[in-house]
Amino acid sequence: MELYNGPLDTKEIFGRWLDEQAESNYGAYIPFVGTIRAEDGIEALSFDIYEPVLQKWFDAWQEKAAALGAVVKMAHSIGDVPVHTSSYISAVFSPKRRVALELIDEFVEDFKANAPIWKYDVKNGERIYAADRSTPMYGAGLLG
Amino acid sequence: MVKVEFLGPIGKAPMEMEASTLADVSAQLKEDTSLIQWLDKCAVALNDTMVNDLETVLKDGDRISILPPVCGG
Repeated sequence: MELYNGPLDTKEIFGRWLDEQAESNYGAYIPFVGTIRAEDGIEALSFDIYEPVLQKWFDAWQEKAAALGAVVKMAHSIGDVPVHTSSYISAVFSPKRRVALELIDEFVEDFKANAPIWKYDVKNGERIYAADRSTPMYGAGLLG
Repeated sequence: MVKVEFLGPIGKAPMEMEASTLADVSAQLKEDTSLIQWLDKCAVALNDTMVNDLETVLKDGDRISILPPVCGG
Protein backbone atom coordinates (compact mmCIF):
# COMPACT_ATOMS: atom_id res chain seq x y z
CA MET A 1 0.00 0.00 0.00
CA GLU A 2 1.38 3.37 -1.01
CA LEU A 3 0.16 6.81 0.09
CA TYR A 4 1.24 10.06 -1.57
CA ASN A 5 0.64 13.73 -0.99
CA GLY A 6 -1.21 15.07 -4.05
CA PRO A 7 -1.97 13.33 -7.38
CA LEU A 8 -0.56 9.92 -8.23
CA ASP A 9 2.11 9.32 -10.85
CA THR A 10 0.06 6.46 -12.28
CA LYS A 11 2.48 5.44 -15.04
CA GLU A 12 5.43 5.22 -12.66
CA ILE A 13 3.48 3.19 -10.10
CA PHE A 14 1.86 0.78 -12.56
CA GLY A 15 5.17 0.35 -14.38
CA ARG A 16 7.02 -0.36 -11.16
CA TRP A 17 4.39 -2.89 -10.00
CA LEU A 18 4.66 -4.62 -13.38
CA ASP A 19 8.46 -4.71 -13.15
CA GLU A 20 8.33 -6.07 -9.57
CA GLN A 21 6.19 -9.02 -10.68
CA ALA A 22 7.90 -9.58 -14.05
CA GLU A 23 9.35 -12.93 -12.98
CA SER A 24 6.45 -14.04 -10.72
CA ASN A 25 4.70 -16.08 -13.41
CA TYR A 26 1.35 -14.31 -13.07
CA GLY A 27 -0.74 -14.64 -16.22
CA ALA A 28 -3.02 -11.67 -15.49
CA TYR A 29 -2.42 -8.08 -14.34
CA ILE A 30 -5.55 -5.93 -14.04
CA PRO A 31 -5.08 -2.26 -13.13
CA PHE A 32 -7.82 0.15 -12.03
CA VAL A 33 -7.42 3.93 -12.24
CA GLY A 34 -9.69 6.42 -10.50
CA THR A 35 -9.54 9.85 -12.15
CA ILE A 36 -11.05 13.06 -10.75
CA ARG A 37 -13.84 14.22 -13.07
CA ALA A 38 -14.66 17.89 -13.62
CA GLU A 39 -18.22 18.21 -12.32
CA ASP A 40 -20.26 20.54 -10.10
CA GLY A 41 -17.68 23.28 -10.46
CA ILE A 42 -15.00 21.55 -8.39
CA GLU A 43 -11.32 22.43 -8.75
CA ALA A 44 -10.09 19.33 -7.01
CA LEU A 45 -11.02 16.63 -4.55
CA SER A 46 -9.22 16.42 -1.23
CA PHE A 47 -8.69 13.40 1.04
CA ASP A 48 -8.05 12.60 4.69
CA ILE A 49 -6.85 9.07 5.50
CA TYR A 50 -6.64 7.18 8.79
CA GLU A 51 -3.64 5.05 7.96
CA PRO A 52 -3.59 2.53 10.88
CA VAL A 53 -7.08 1.20 10.08
CA LEU A 54 -6.51 1.45 6.32
CA GLN A 55 -3.36 -0.68 6.68
CA LYS A 56 -5.28 -3.36 8.58
CA TRP A 57 -8.05 -3.34 5.97
CA PHE A 58 -5.46 -3.72 3.22
CA ASP A 59 -3.55 -6.45 5.08
CA ALA A 60 -6.79 -8.48 5.32
CA TRP A 61 -7.24 -8.12 1.56
CA GLN A 62 -3.68 -9.23 0.91
CA GLU A 63 -4.37 -12.39 2.93
CA LYS A 64 -7.61 -13.00 1.04
CA ALA A 65 -5.80 -12.56 -2.31
CA ALA A 66 -2.89 -14.77 -1.23
CA ALA A 67 -5.32 -17.59 -0.47
CA LEU A 68 -6.31 -17.42 -4.16
CA GLY A 69 -2.70 -17.26 -5.34
CA ALA A 70 -3.12 -13.56 -6.17
CA VAL A 71 -1.62 -10.21 -5.13
CA VAL A 72 -3.51 -6.93 -4.59
CA LYS A 73 -1.88 -3.51 -4.82
CA MET A 74 -3.13 -0.01 -4.14
CA ALA A 75 -1.99 3.59 -3.99
CA HIS A 76 -4.00 6.59 -2.78
CA SER A 77 -3.57 10.34 -2.46
CA ILE A 78 -3.68 12.48 0.67
CA GLY A 79 -4.68 16.15 0.38
CA ASP A 80 -5.73 17.95 -2.78
CA VAL A 81 -5.94 16.19 -6.17
CA PRO A 82 -6.87 18.42 -9.15
CA VAL A 83 -9.47 17.41 -11.73
CA HIS A 84 -8.21 15.15 -14.53
CA THR A 85 -5.53 13.63 -12.31
CA SER A 86 -5.69 10.41 -10.31
CA SER A 87 -6.24 9.88 -6.58
CA TYR A 88 -6.62 6.10 -6.43
CA ILE A 89 -5.15 3.20 -8.32
CA SER A 90 -5.22 -0.48 -7.57
CA ALA A 91 -4.30 -3.71 -9.33
CA VAL A 92 -4.52 -7.44 -9.02
CA PHE A 93 -2.02 -10.01 -10.23
CA SER A 94 -3.13 -13.62 -10.49
CA PRO A 95 -2.07 -16.80 -12.25
CA LYS A 96 -5.17 -16.73 -14.50
CA ARG A 97 -7.52 -13.92 -15.53
CA ARG A 98 -10.77 -15.04 -13.86
CA VAL A 99 -9.48 -14.65 -10.30
CA ALA A 100 -8.05 -11.21 -11.08
CA LEU A 101 -11.23 -9.99 -12.79
CA GLU A 102 -13.39 -11.03 -9.85
CA LEU A 103 -10.97 -9.78 -7.19
CA ILE A 104 -10.55 -6.31 -8.69
CA ASP A 105 -14.34 -5.91 -8.64
CA GLU A 106 -14.69 -7.01 -4.99
CA PHE A 107 -11.58 -5.15 -3.89
CA VAL A 108 -12.57 -1.79 -5.41
CA GLU A 109 -16.17 -2.04 -4.14
CA ASP A 110 -15.08 -2.93 -0.60
CA PHE A 111 -12.53 -0.13 -0.78
CA LYS A 112 -15.33 2.36 -1.52
CA ALA A 113 -17.42 1.04 1.38
CA ASN A 114 -14.88 0.39 4.13
CA ALA A 115 -11.52 2.08 3.57
CA PRO A 116 -11.17 4.88 6.17
CA ILE A 117 -10.79 7.74 3.70
CA TRP A 118 -12.79 10.99 3.73
CA LYS A 119 -13.45 12.97 0.57
CA TYR A 120 -13.97 16.71 0.22
CA ASP A 121 -14.92 18.81 -2.81
CA VAL A 122 -12.63 21.79 -3.30
CA LYS A 123 -14.51 24.86 -4.54
CA ASN A 124 -13.06 28.37 -4.46
CA GLY A 125 -10.27 26.99 -2.31
CA GLU A 126 -12.70 25.70 0.34
CA ARG A 127 -12.91 22.03 1.42
CA ILE A 128 -16.50 20.73 1.63
CA TYR A 129 -17.10 17.21 3.02
CA ALA A 130 -18.76 15.00 0.38
CA ALA A 131 -21.42 13.84 2.84
CA ASP A 132 -24.00 12.79 0.23
CA ARG A 133 -21.50 10.48 -1.55
CA SER A 134 -20.11 8.93 1.62
CA THR A 135 -21.06 5.54 3.05
CA PRO A 136 -21.24 4.55 6.73
CA MET A 137 -18.60 1.88 7.44
CA TYR A 138 -19.45 -1.64 8.59
CA GLY A 139 -20.79 -1.46 12.15
CA ALA A 140 -21.72 2.22 11.95
CA GLY A 141 -24.17 3.57 14.53
CA LEU A 142 -22.77 1.56 17.45
CA LEU A 143 -22.57 4.59 19.73
CA GLY A 144 -25.71 6.32 18.44
CA MET B 1 -9.08 7.20 31.44
CA VAL B 2 -9.67 6.46 27.77
CA LYS B 3 -9.10 8.81 24.86
CA VAL B 4 -11.73 9.39 22.17
CA GLU B 5 -10.59 10.85 18.85
CA PHE B 6 -12.82 12.12 16.06
CA LEU B 7 -11.60 11.46 12.52
CA GLY B 8 -12.04 13.16 9.15
CA PRO B 9 -14.75 15.80 8.80
CA ILE B 10 -16.04 15.69 12.40
CA GLY B 11 -13.42 18.31 13.23
CA LYS B 12 -13.56 17.96 17.01
CA ALA B 13 -10.65 17.89 19.46
CA PRO B 14 -9.96 14.56 21.23
CA MET B 15 -11.72 13.93 24.57
CA GLU B 16 -10.56 12.01 27.64
CA MET B 17 -13.09 10.26 29.88
CA GLU B 18 -13.62 7.57 32.48
CA ALA B 19 -15.32 4.56 30.86
CA SER B 20 -15.34 0.82 31.51
CA THR B 21 -17.22 -0.20 28.34
CA LEU B 22 -18.10 1.34 24.98
CA ALA B 23 -21.63 1.79 26.32
CA ASP B 24 -20.20 4.24 28.87
CA VAL B 25 -18.47 6.12 26.03
CA SER B 26 -21.72 6.22 24.07
CA ALA B 27 -23.63 7.67 27.03
CA GLN B 28 -21.07 10.45 27.50
CA LEU B 29 -20.82 11.30 23.80
CA LYS B 30 -24.60 11.54 23.53
CA GLU B 31 -24.47 14.44 25.99
CA ASP B 32 -22.44 16.47 23.48
CA THR B 33 -24.86 18.25 21.15
CA SER B 34 -22.16 18.80 18.52
CA LEU B 35 -22.05 15.02 17.99
CA ILE B 36 -25.78 14.38 17.54
CA GLN B 37 -25.56 14.48 13.75
CA TRP B 38 -22.61 12.05 13.70
CA LEU B 39 -23.07 9.18 16.17
CA ASP B 40 -25.75 7.29 14.21
CA LYS B 41 -23.50 7.21 11.14
CA CYS B 42 -20.09 6.56 12.66
CA ALA B 43 -18.15 3.33 13.03
CA VAL B 44 -15.78 2.72 15.94
CA ALA B 45 -12.22 1.44 16.28
CA LEU B 46 -10.56 0.45 19.56
CA ASN B 47 -6.77 0.83 19.43
CA ASP B 48 -7.06 0.79 15.60
CA THR B 49 -9.16 -2.40 15.39
CA MET B 50 -12.79 -2.04 14.27
CA VAL B 51 -15.28 -3.04 16.98
CA ASN B 52 -18.99 -3.79 16.89
CA ASP B 53 -20.08 -4.54 20.48
CA LEU B 54 -21.18 -1.94 23.03
CA GLU B 55 -20.17 -4.27 25.87
CA THR B 56 -16.54 -4.22 24.76
CA VAL B 57 -14.51 -3.78 27.96
CA LEU B 58 -12.09 -0.85 28.08
CA LYS B 59 -8.88 -0.44 30.04
CA ASP B 60 -6.88 2.57 31.11
CA GLY B 61 -5.09 4.18 28.16
CA ASP B 62 -7.35 2.72 25.45
CA ARG B 63 -7.81 4.84 22.35
CA ILE B 64 -11.23 4.96 20.67
CA SER B 65 -11.57 6.34 17.14
CA ILE B 66 -14.86 7.61 15.74
CA LEU B 67 -14.98 7.07 11.95
CA PRO B 68 -17.62 9.00 9.96
CA PRO B 69 -18.97 7.84 6.55
CA VAL B 70 -16.22 7.22 4.02
CA CYS B 71 -15.65 7.81 0.33
CA GLY B 72 -12.24 6.86 -0.96
CA GLY B 73 -11.09 6.90 -4.55
